Amino acid sequence: MTEDRTVEDLLRTFAPQVLGLLVRRHGQFDRCEDAVQEALLAAATQWPGQGVPDNPRAWLLTVATRRLTDEWRSESARRDREVAVARREPAYAGVAPAADAEPAVPTDDDTLTLLFLCCHPALPGSAQVALTLRAVGGLSTAQIARAHLVPEATMSQRIRRAKQRVEAAGARFTMPGPAERGERLGTVLRVLYLIFNEGYTASTGPDLRRAELTGEAIRLARILRGLLPDDGEVAGLLALMLLTDAHRAARVGPDGELVPLAEQDRSRWDAAAIAEGVALITEALTWSPPGPYQLQAAIAAVHAEASTAAETDWRQIVALYRLLARIAPNPMVTLNQAVAVAMVDGPRAGLALLTPLDADERTAGHHRLAAVQAHLLELAGEVGAAREAYLAAARGTTSRPEQRYLEVRAARLTGQG
Amino acid sequence: MKYMLLIWNRPGFTDELSEQERTALFGDVDEIMKELTESGELIGGQALANPSQTMTVRLVDGSPELLDGPFMESKEQFAGYLAVDCDSPQRAAEIAARWPDVRYGGAMEVRPIMDEAGTEM
Repeated sequence: MTEDRTVEDLLRTFAPQVLGLLVRRHGQFDRCEDAVQEALLAAATQWPGQGVPDNPRAWLLTVATRRLTDEWRSESARRDREVAVARREPAYAGVAPAADAEPAVPTDDDTLTLLFLCCHPALPGSAQVALTLRAVGGLSTAQIARAHLVPEATMSQRIRRAKQRVEAAGARFTMPGPAERGERLGTVLRVLYLIFNEGYTASTGPDLRRAELTGEAIRLARILRGLLPDDGEVAGLLALMLLTDAHRAARVGPDGELVPLAEQDRSRWDAAAIAEGVALITEALTWSPPGPYQLQAAIAAVHAEASTAAETDWRQIVALYRLLARIAPNPMVTLNQAVAVAMVDGPRAGLALLTPLDADERTAGHHRLAAVQAHLLELAGEVGAAREAYLAAARGTTSRPEQRYLEVRAARLTGQG
Repeated sequence: MKYMLLIWNRPGFTDELSEQERTALFGDVDEIMKELTESGELIGGQALANPSQTMTVRLVDGSPELLDGPFMESKEQFAGYLAVDCDSPQRAAEIAARWPDVRYGGAMEVRPIMDEAGTEM
């Protein structure tokens, strides 16, 4: 078991390095990616029995390269038999390799370039997630499919289509230029946060395989932080993940029910994760201009530093939300801001902040808006209206644990007003 | 987001179609299924046998009883489903809008599938 774990860790660490090197040498992202997956599979079956080779990365590189050349050979043999296709570029040229010098060892930039490629703006979010997990995370298609609760064939097609789209977009295996880079990095961060949330929100359910995505997102964020130590938002995202994941054991009750932040048993929070997250965000904010991830991490840090919900420094949280709403206005930020404002200035002030959201098409009728309104109405003592709002939220959610939580809140108010 | 697209139609409506119309209808179904398979959106789908083959269990005098025939005696019946995983509700609705039964008086219901994941509030 420990041995398997070590093998898997090794494979996952080397996967993006070997893939990056192959693509840099040969282009053809799609094929190189398939070849690396085959090499990973070969290693996963052989290493646990035969022992890990002295230079595991070189082993993977050799096997993957052999797969690639085997394929080219059989293909060129086939092409030779086809008369009418004289002198043309391979139809499937794929991602063009960078023209400049090619160091023969993997470089840090390879993994970063690979991340940018997998989070290519031509791809829909679900495809960016799947491709990142496979090409950078080194997960198998079967693992990714299980984590997303879809059949393996579905995920396999999604990944194939994603790779084709990256190629069709004419992407090159090079680092985005300075003009593009900020925006592209923003996409990478969003994809990693998406992976994290997929896992974190699933940790209520019986499917722990899905919850392991949080660990994978944190691992990838750590790699990214190693590659870009001077980026405050990368540090902020990693801190936010650590501080959020620290709640994991406390966010679900004994019967699988969701426990809101204010009612969580804080002794069950992960102190080591909190210490690391708080140190990371505190340090980043001393030198980086605050971005949305850093501010969200700072808010999570303020929560983490209160030993009881009652001791929470809501004034500081309100100030942080105000800043966040200014630099990254978003109705979901307003929702959270309203809760914090209610804690400082009373539920009416919170409700007033929500009024414009009823007219905003992104939130009108959204179950999260109804849920926050319900909570604030309950604090304001408007029992009947709170109950209606909880029930409206329960009807609107597509999450079973959320529905259950909201129905319980509504039921508690029945007969009180 | 995962959606179930429920196909409702009038049983036997294909019997009244011309050969050409029928071919076009099955061609459309094949084309949509192929597209959803290739895009990695299709989770699954099944067609159901004619409603005359249906048994329904209901409570009769306090105990479950097996009856012949469908639950609802309506002109349109539940005929099958597609399960898809797509990026937006708009995309799910777009798939439903192309389903050929709709052209012949049927209907597609687009219903989100409940998720075991949830965010504490």
